Amino acid sequence: MADNFERFKECAVRVLSVDADKVTREASFAEDLDADSLDLVELVMALEEEFGVTVEEEELDGIETAGQAYDLVAGKL
Amino acid sequence: MARRVVVTGLGVVAPCGIGQDDFWAGLLAAPPQGERRVTGFDPEPWFDSPKDARRTDRFAQFALAAAGMALDQAGELDANPAKVGVVMGTGIGGLATLEEQILVYYQKEPRRVSPFLVPMMMANAGSAAISMRYGFAGPCSTTVTACAASTHAIGDAYRFVREGRCDVMICGGSEAAMTPVGMQGFQNMTAMSKAGISRPFDRERDGFLMAEAAAVLVLEDLDRAVARGATILGEVLGQANTADAYHITAPSPGGAGAVACMELALHDAGLEPADIVHINAHGTSTPLNDAAEAEAIVKVFGTPGPVVTSTKGVTGHALGAAGAIEAAAVLLSMQHRLVPPTAGTAALDPEMPTIDLVLGAEARPWEPGPSLSNSFGFGGHNGTLVLGPTPKR
Repeated sequence: MADNFERFKECAVRVLSVDADKVTREASFAEDLDADSLDLVELVMALEEEFGVTVEEEELDGIETAGQAYDLVAGKL
Repeated sequence: MARRVVVTGLGVVAPCGIGQDDFWAGLLAAPPQGERRVTGFDPEPWFDSPKDARRTDRFAQFALAAAGMALDQAGELDANPAKVGVVMGTGIGGLATLEEQILVYYQKEPRRVSPFLVPMMMANAGSAAISMRYGFAGPCSTTVTACAASTHAIGDAYRFVREGRCDVMICGGSEAAMTPVGMQGFQNMTAMSKAGISRPFDRERDGFLMAEAAAVLVLEDLDRAVARGATILGEVLGQANTADAYHITAPSPGGAGAVACMELALHDAGLEPADIVHINAHGTSTPLNDAAEAEAIVKVFGTPGPVVTSTKGVTGHALGAAGAIEAAAVLLSMQHRLVPPTAGTAALDPEMPTIDLVLGAEARPWEPGPSLSNSFGFGGHNGTLVLGPTPKR
């Protein structure tokens, strides 16, 4: 579980160009990670590749924090 | 009453040098061997974050870097942002991103195509990036007229300032289309030199060398430039934009289109052929362009006529950015009082009428005066700028 969150963090760091220590469960994409909706789409694509899952567009509704995004992906594993 | 328009900033990204000083040194040195790519370009200093740099195609990264350098030189503009606009030229825009994402579409799957494909490949990305980074809210457009694109962009920007719609214009062009498919396209139409040599107006010329580059000029109303103590590099005296209406790649016979364009530019500047001291030719090193252009120059100016050079001997042909780096070359030629030689060229083709081409290893000293810069594009797009030295006060 901790291992998967590390992999998630690595994707976020790479795609969003943020420091690893900013990627906490509570981190807000908009406020803390400087990520807009297109950034989120790109992040999800990277997560799909990393974890071998598929995330539909509609599932991103209401995803505002890194923790929520992680739970969405982890739930498919 | 038309306003006078001067150049208060200049930025260049070119295969022979990044920054106007290195670019100028490159124009005077022996031409590089091999492909005319820009090496050692780091986009990150010009963006707020590496993420933003990655979301920008190379052609727009070049545009932003050149604009940044030009605006650094121009200093504090102290202008109403609504009266500062941007016109950039490009031949094709974000081709590298498009090619990459087409591969993703077919080799991976459609849903993996980047959400940033569209904003990265669109030809207006360079202009938009400059406008957004600096908050310029005046007219912001992109001229897409092949090899004449950035000459047209500078001409259009000049008119915005001349007529008073804008006080400052950021203008020029950028191109980074040296992708596998892009280059293959030019090769397969036999436009590129098989010998791999750029030698404008030479008897042995057999096509151009493709290049990538960008240059940006800051144009400003003369009075406000003087009032704020800006550095003035030169003046835009006139421009012309015409079409051959003849053939998609071949110039009109006898250079008729080029003649019309140069004459119109002179008329726009209120000058006579005898007033022109120097011409930076389009001079691509293709059999057709160079022959037509030499004929056109002699028809307008007589023989031998003004001092001619083609800097494409060094830089290669940067397509939509060519006009901008050549305008930069003319301005730098005025600053340094030297006309760079036409590198790569052994001798003027004896079949051509005689033009006064600067040949050999040495630049030619000159007394700067009104000069032309020509650009002639596929599709019959003709553009000429008339540039002058810094006005005396």
